[in-house]
Order: sequence, then C-alpha cells, then structure tokens
Amino acid sequence: MKLTGAKILIEALKKEGVEVIFGYPGGQVLPIFDVLYDADIRFILTRHEQGAAHAADGYSRATGKVGVCLATSGPGATNLTTGIANAYMDSIPMIAITGQVKSFLIGNDAFQEADVTGITRPITKHNYLVKDVKDLARTIREAFYIASSGRPGPVLIDIPTDIQQQEAEFIWPEEIEIRSYKPTCFGHPGQIKKAAKLIASAKKPLIYAGGGVITSEAHHELKKLTEKLNAPITWTLMGIGCFPATHKLSLGMLGMHGTAYANHAIMEADLILAVGARFDDRVTGRLDKFAPYAKIIHIDIDPTSISKNVKVDIPIVGDAKNILGQLIEDINKLPDTFEWLKAIESWKKKYPLKYQDKKDIIKPQYVVEQIYEATKGNAIITTEVGQNQMWAAQWYKYDYPRTFISSGGLGTMGFGFPAAMGTKVGKPDSIVFDIAGDGSIQMNIQELATCVSNKINVKVAILNNGYLGMVRQWQELFYKKRYSYTNLTSPDFVKLAESYGAIGICVTKKENVRKAIEKAISIDNVVLIDFKVEGEENVFPMVPAGEALNRMIEGLA
Amino acid sequence: MRHTIAVLVENKFGVLARIASLFSARGYNIASLAVSETLDPTISYMTMVVEAEDEKILEQIKKQLNKLIDIIIVTDFTKKGHVDRELVLVKVGYSSKDKSKLDGVLNKTGAKAIQHTDDIAIIEMMGDQDEIRELLNSLKQFGIKELVRSGRIAIAK
Repeated sequence: MKLTGAKILIEALKKEGVEVIFGYPGGQVLPIFDVLYDADIRFILTRHEQGAAHAADGYSRATGKVGVCLATSGPGATNLTTGIANAYMDSIPMIAITGQVKSFLIGNDAFQEADVTGITRPITKHNYLVKDVKDLARTIREAFYIASSGRPGPVLIDIPTDIQQQEAEFIWPEEIEIRSYKPTCFGHPGQIKKAAKLIASAKKPLIYAGGGVITSEAHHELKKLTEKLNAPITWTLMGIGCFPATHKLSLGMLGMHGTAYANHAIMEADLILAVGARFDDRVTGRLDKFAPYAKIIHIDIDPTSISKNVKVDIPIVGDAKNILGQLIEDINKLPDTFEWLKAIESWKKKYPLKYQDKKDIIKPQYVVEQIYEATKGNAIITTEVGQNQMWAAQWYKYDYPRTFISSGGLGTMGFGFPAAMGTKVGKPDSIVFDIAGDGSIQMNIQELATCVSNKINVKVAILNNGYLGMVRQWQELFYKKRYSYTNLTSPDFVKLAESYGAIGICVTKKENVRKAIEKAISIDNVVLIDFKVEGEENVFPMVPAGEALNRMIEGLA
Repeated sequence: MRHTIAVLVENKFGVLARIASLFSARGYNIASLAVSETLDPTISYMTMVVEAEDEKILEQIKKQLNKLIDIIIVTDFTKKGHVDRELVLVKVGYSSKDKSKLDGVLNKTGAKAIQHTDDIAIIEMMGDQDEIRELLNSLKQFGIKELVRSGRIAIAK
C-alpha cells in the first residue's frame, strides 16, 4: 500500500519505538501534523523550538533512548540549532526532523527557507535532505542507527513539504548496513592485555571516567574494576553518576571546579586509566602540567578523541562496556594501592569540599544539600549552566547513572528546565528537580506553559543571587570586581509561576528551605521555588583557566 | 609540508561540503582537489593536496575525515609509494619566429602544442609537480598569458 511521506515518517518513527515527539508546528510541516492529529504517538507542544530540542535531549539522557524533536523550516529549524549543538557536544542520540520548503523552491529564498543541512553540518553527527519520497523510510532507519551507535550524536532529517505529500510504498529495511560507517565496538585484545600489564605495575593508579561510561551502560563493569583494583576514581561533569559518589574509593569530580583531592590525585598518579572521557580543557587545566608522572591508558569509542589533547601511552578504541569487561578478566596481578589510598585519605582530610554556612543567609550549597537529603538521593537533577550547575555537581551525591543531566560541552544556559521536562516525560515516576540560576531560568521560562498544560510536574529550584553568578565570579577574581552587566533584575517568580498555572514559593529564610523543598515534592503540580541566596557566593575550589590542576584557589571557610 | 590525501566517498550531494568544512573550520586551505567517479558509479575518488605545518592537526583532520559518515577510506600518500599526475594547459605568446625555440622546449619536456594562432599557442602537459614546474620555467620566455591546472590525482604503487 502506498503512503504519503508524512505517514511514512510517523510509521517509521513507530517502528523505531518512538513514544514521544517534542516539537512545534509551522507551514512546512503541516502534512506531518495532519498525520499526528490522530496518530498513536505522543506529541508535546513546546512553546519554543529550543525547548523541544533540549526536551528531546533530556529525555534521551534520562532514558538512554533516542529523543525526537520536530520543527518547521527556516526559523523553526534555526531555533533547534542550539539544542542540536548541545546534544552534539555531549554525544547524545537525538533525531531532529525539520520541514523544508518544496524541493523545487530550494535555493530560491522562499518564505521561511534556510539551508538547514548546511547550517547544522558541523553540529550533527550526520544530516539528510530527503529529495525522493522513496528514500524516506531507509533514511529514517539509517538516521536512528547512526544517532544511537558508535559515539552517539544528533542526526537531522530535512524533509521538503512536497516529499511529505508524495506517495510511496512503505518498505521498512529490517537490516541496516552502511558501508562507510562501521564503528569499532570491541577493543584490540593486544592493547587490553598491554593495559592490564601496565596497571599491574602501577603504584598510584587513578581511574578517570567520563560520560562514555554512562552512554555505554558500563557502570557495573566500572565499579567491578575499581573495586578489584582498589584504586581511587574521579570523574568529569558528564561522568557524574557513572560510579556511586558515596563509595569510599570515590574522589568526586575533577577539573576546574573539581575537588582538591581529585586534582591532587591527578597530579601525583603514576597511571591514569581514562574511560569514555576526552581530556577537555575544563578537566586538564594547563595541558603541559597535566598528570606529569602518569602513564595514560585511554579507552574511547571515538578514535578522534585519542591523543587529541593529551598524548596517550595505550589507546584502546571501542565500547567501554566490552573493553572494561575484558580488562577485568585480563588483570591477574593487582597493584598494591595501600600507601596511595593513605595519601588520598590525607588529602581528603586536609582539603575537604567546604563552604561557610551562615545562620541568617541561605547559602546556595545548603539548598542543594537539602534537596539531596529531602529526596534521599533518589531524584533526577537537571541543571542550567554556571554556578548553579557547579553547586549541583558538588553538593548532591549521585549514586546512579542518568540522574545528573547537565549541559557539559556546549554550556548552554536555558538547558536545564526543558531538559527536566524531557526527563520527567521519560521517567514519570521520578522526582525531577531543575537546579537553576535566576539568569538561566529566564532563557526558557516559556516552557512553564508546556509543563503545566501537559501535567509534567517538574520542580525548579532557583538559586536566586541577583547575578549572572559565574561571570560575576570571574569578574570578581580576574577583572577587579568590575561587574559589567552581570547584575540582574528578575520578575516576581512566584507571580510568574502562578500566571502560568504553576505553584510558586519564595524562600528568604534558611529555616524554610527544607520545608519548601518537601512541600514542592508533595504538591502534584509544577513548582518553582525562588531561593533568595547569598549574592556574591563563589564556586570553590577553582582552577583558573590555563593553570595547572594543583594551582587551585581554595576560597574561604 | 604538503600532503597528498586520497578519499573514497559516497557519490552524493553534500559530501564535498562536509569535507571542505572540516578543513575550513580549522583554517586549513585545500591547495588542490580533484574529484571523479570510480568504476562503481556510487563511489567517488577525491585527491586532495593540503599544506599542513602541524602534523598533529593533520592527524586530527584525517581521523575526522574517517569519522564522516559518507567517507569510505582515507589514505595519506605522503609517506607511501605512489604515482601522482597533474594536467596543465598553458597559453603562451607565440609568433612564427619562435617556432624552433618552442619546439625545443616541447621536445625537452614532453609537452604538446595543441593549438596555434598567429600570436598564441596552447600547450598541454601531463606530469608530476617537478615536471610541470620545469615546463612552466621554460615557457616563461614566451610570456605565459593564462594557466589552468587540473589538480593532482594520485594512485598507490
């Protein structure tokens, strides 16, 4: 039977197991929306296309499934691009579907036309412009395969309106074979054996894990290996949740705002086992001073990550889960880490993560700690970008993968709230908190309407300090306190929440922090809590950009 | 250092743009580029010549090329045995009194005159970069009016 392109698209999405699409209609996707009108697939109408992209991204991070967003041509598509770039930087599997002007009008400056495959080329893993309705089903099959395999990433499919209207047989390719795309899954056995040998001879081994562990669902293997080696472990922002933070071998996050003991461990280690991490500049600090005594083993699925920033001694390309499994088997001699762990213990005592709590002022770190305690560590936390993100990373202890959802590589303000929305849709039984700043939350605040009208009951904790806090912190430390345009006026968030039909709570006193959090959790609605926190609190420790990891500014306390 | 890189790619629209943007995003210029279909019409063969002062960046670009979905194989010929050729067409000033001098150059270099008029000759030659350089040097005396080169193509030995 012949189907229209629009029908083929929706049938194909169902074949791929898509349960929900986040999106926004427009002139060049009308045929698709006409099919969605009575299709048995959930559609969530966001209030901005950027919200749709971040929601699909958050859904994907929370569930491990491929998130799908949909927008019209031109401005609809360009509004998706921040969300696409965000997913690309953090290797999140996502499908972005965009309408395009009729194929015979492409290139004519038609109304709402933009060269979307051109614009998104450097921010997608791959993209397609469909020029023949007969190619549509196979294109969608390929797109999902590419998005979710190897190092995952967003794939965009641009579909002109006439292709949506034309008819073709719906032929679903069960098998997919792309001759030019063969991601490496299994690590080279010889390299793994070499790594096992090197690990056995180490005295100060350190595991450095990243988001790749979560993507590859390798957390069990990672835990097994860490415990087998009895070695300390640190992780990146993207790696949060890959290993229980409450475990005795955990050093927490490393890097610019990592723990002092994690950064000292990097600088003293004689062996670093990097798993699914890419030696980002926020992690390494000054490159030529990074891990001066360490041999480095690097497990990564992407060959372009190997020796990109830091020269690696033993690269192992492949899927982390497979490689760690093999490595655990191959290690038969264990390093003696007794002295090393003693040194680490002394750093933990000497340089604990700390802040100066006060009786009469709400500290942002205190709010995060209270969210942790009130939810017993069982919530899913999304964050915006800036100080709120770093405090959420430092002061909530994440024991499970996919419970910390944050914009790592791109650092997108406005990500956390729509991502929380996508997370809650994917994990309806979880408590989902967006830890936000007063700046970031205003970047996608319109999604309050989406949450309320779809009963997506996320909770938002605004750490409201009246500043664009992270930039202000840099101005304080490096620009002589010249607070250039970082002072922020905000609306009355309680009234704002109420006008959208959500619940708003304003907290000005420390003793009300916990009560407000508990109340927010108990209310069966979207709740926005405006915590008036210390204005000029800084995120510490901090490694200034371009400094070695052990040149930390500790801050007070 | 100049690198000659060959890539086998899917013969589709957009592939060249993907490759070009990898180079341009890093501020690299492609010195020459030749693209054509192979025996299999679904596959194209591209030969690129790239000037790269930093080997590490070139290594990164080669890996990134490999990562592009539509690229099948990347080969760097720089340290591998290969044969490369270029075609050049040169328009030079010419008058009948130059005939013997021009014939001398053509004999020496193996180039051919493919067209004469009263005041112009068009010379063609296929060769590697040294041979072409030599030809251009010896044609300077006639006055080079115009020059077109095909871009290098290369094949492994």
